[in-house]
Amino acid sequence: MPMFLHEARLKRQTLFDSLFRNLTRLAALGVLLLLASILFSLVMGSIPAIHAFGFGFLTSSAWDPVNDKFGALIPIIGTLVTSGIALLIAIPVSFGIALFLTELSPRALRRPLGVAIELLAGIPSIIYGMWGLFEFAPLFADHIEPWINDHIGTIPYVGPFFSGPPMGIGILTASIILAIMVIPFISSVMRDVFDVVPAMLKESAYGLGSTTWEVMMSIVLPYTKVGVAGGIMLGLGRALGETMAVTFVIGNAHELSKSLLNPGNSISSALANEFTEAVGDLYTSSLIELGLILFFITFVVLSIARYMLYKLGQREGKAS
Amino acid sequence: MTATTPPRIVVKDLNFYYGKFRALKDINLDIAEKKVTAFIGPSGCGKSTLLRTFNRMYQLYPQQTATGSIILDGDNILDRSQDLNKLRAKIGMVFQKPTPFPMSIYDNIAFGVKLYHNLSRNDMDERVEWALKKAALWVEVKDKLKQSGMGLSGGQQQRLCIARAIAVKPQVLLLDEPTSALDPISTAHIEKLIDELKEDFTIVIVTHNMQQAARVSDYTAYMYIGDLVEFGETSSVFTNPKRKETEDYITGRFG
Repeated sequence: MPMFLHEARLKRQTLFDSLFRNLTRLAALGVLLLLASILFSLVMGSIPAIHAFGFGFLTSSAWDPVNDKFGALIPIIGTLVTSGIALLIAIPVSFGIALFLTELSPRALRRPLGVAIELLAGIPSIIYGMWGLFEFAPLFADHIEPWINDHIGTIPYVGPFFSGPPMGIGILTASIILAIMVIPFISSVMRDVFDVVPAMLKESAYGLGSTTWEVMMSIVLPYTKVGVAGGIMLGLGRALGETMAVTFVIGNAHELSKSLLNPGNSISSALANEFTEAVGDLYTSSLIELGLILFFITFVVLSIARYMLYKLGQREGKAS
Repeated sequence: MTATTPPRIVVKDLNFYYGKFRALKDINLDIAEKKVTAFIGPSGCGKSTLLRTFNRMYQLYPQQTATGSIILDGDNILDRSQDLNKLRAKIGMVFQKPTPFPMSIYDNIAFGVKLYHNLSRNDMDERVEWALKKAALWVEVKDKLKQSGMGLSGGQQQRLCIARAIAVKPQVLLLDEPTSALDPISTAHIEKLIDELKEDFTIVIVTHNMQQAARVSDYTAYMYIGDLVEFGETSSVFTNPKRKETEDYITGRFG
C-alpha cells in the first residue's frame, strides 16, 4: 500500500474521531444546559410571586385568583400526603410481591409474573387515571368509603381523617391509585436486590432452622436495605411528580381538609388544571413557583435515592 | 459398608435426583458417633449432594428429590413429616465460603439460639461466649462483639460460622469444604478446631483436599460420579485401598 494513502486514511480517522468525541460531548453538555435553563426559567418565572408573597407562599393556604392571593400550602400538603400514603400502601405490597417472586414462587411462574409487573410499570398514567375515575372511584364510593366512614370514621382521634362524603374522588383515592402505579417500580427493584443475596448466605440461615419469614426479615432485608431504600425512593420520586392519574381522581379542590375522603389538590394537578386558565402575571407566576417547589422536592428525593444506590454499589464492590 | 464404632446416622439405599439426573446411586453408609467422616472425590462426584441430604438443604430447590432413608435417632430424615426446623437444630452446617450474617458478631451467634430457646440476657451472653470459645475465636473478638461480623478476616469469619452452628448445640456438624476459601494458616486453625470439636459433635466433612481428609478424618468415603466407591477407616483407605479406582485417585493419577 502506498504511504500517502495510508496517511490520508489515518488523518481522516483522526478527524472523524475528534468530531465524534465532540458530538457526544455536546450531547452530554446539552443535558446539563437543559437542566440549568429549566431551573433558570422556573426561577425567573416565579420572581413576581416570590416578590409578592415571600416565604409566606409556602405556608399560606389561600388560593384566590380573583383577589390575586396565592399560597402553596394546600398543593404541597396534597403532594406530600398522597405520596406518603401511596408509599405506606405500596411498600408492604411490593415487599410481598418481591418475596414471593424470589423465595416462594414456583420456577414456572417466576418469569411470567416478573414480566407482568414490568408491563404494569409501562402503562401510561392517563390509563390509570381513567381507570381510577371511571371504574375505581365509583366502586370506592359505593362500597368502601361508607364502610370507612362507619368503622374507622368513628374512632376517636383517627376518625376525623376518615370521615367525609363518599364521593369516590379525593386524597385517599389519589393515594391508592398512586400506590398501584408505584408498586411495579418498587417491587421490581426489590426483586432485583433480593436476587443478589448470595444463595449460600440464605442457606446458612435456613441451615440453622430459620423459616422463610425469618430469613427474609433477619438476613435478606438487612443485607439489601440500601437497595430497598433506593427502590422506595425511586417510587416516591414518581409518586411526587405524577400528574394525569392524580388529576383525574384527587378532586382538584383548593381546600384544606382534615379528612382524606375529601377532595384536595397536588402541585402537579394544580399545574395541569390551571395553567390554561391562568390570567394575570401573578397567577401564572404563582403556578411557576409551584413548579419550582415540585422540582426542588423531587430533586432532593432523587438525590437521596441516587446516593443510596451508589452506596449499595460500593458495598457490593467490596463484598465480591 | 459399616464403621466399627456405633453409628449416629445410617444411610440406606439413598438415591438423589436433580430433576431427572441421578446424582447419587444407592448409597449405603454409616456415620460414626463423635468421629470425623470425610467425603472425598473429584468435582461432581456427589459428595456435597450427599452432605446436603443430611439436613435436607436440597428441599429449598423444588426440582431436587431424594429417595431411600437416612436414619437419625430412629427417624427417617427424608420423611415428609420430618420437622425441618427441628432437624436443622440437630444438624448444623458450615459452607464453602464464610457467610457471616449482616449483623454484629454477638447477634450472629445469638441468631440461631433465639430460634429455639428463650434465653435470659445472662444465659445468652454465656452461650455466645461458650460457642466462641469452642470455635477458638473468643480471644480475638471478645472486645468487639458489637461490631459487624463482616469486618472479620476470612478465617475468623469461618470460625464465626462454626461458632454460630455449634451455638445451637447440634449433635451433628456438616462441613461443606469449610477451608476451600481460606489461606493455609486459617486452614490449619480450622483443622485443629475440627479435631477438638469431635469430642462433642459427630462431624461430616466434604473436602476436595485429600491431605486434609487424611489429617482430620477417622473415616473416609471415596465417591465417584454418584457411587460410593470405597468407605472405611481413613488410615486403611489411604494406605491400603481395596479398590483400584480409590488408589488411582489418592495417588493423584486422576481427579
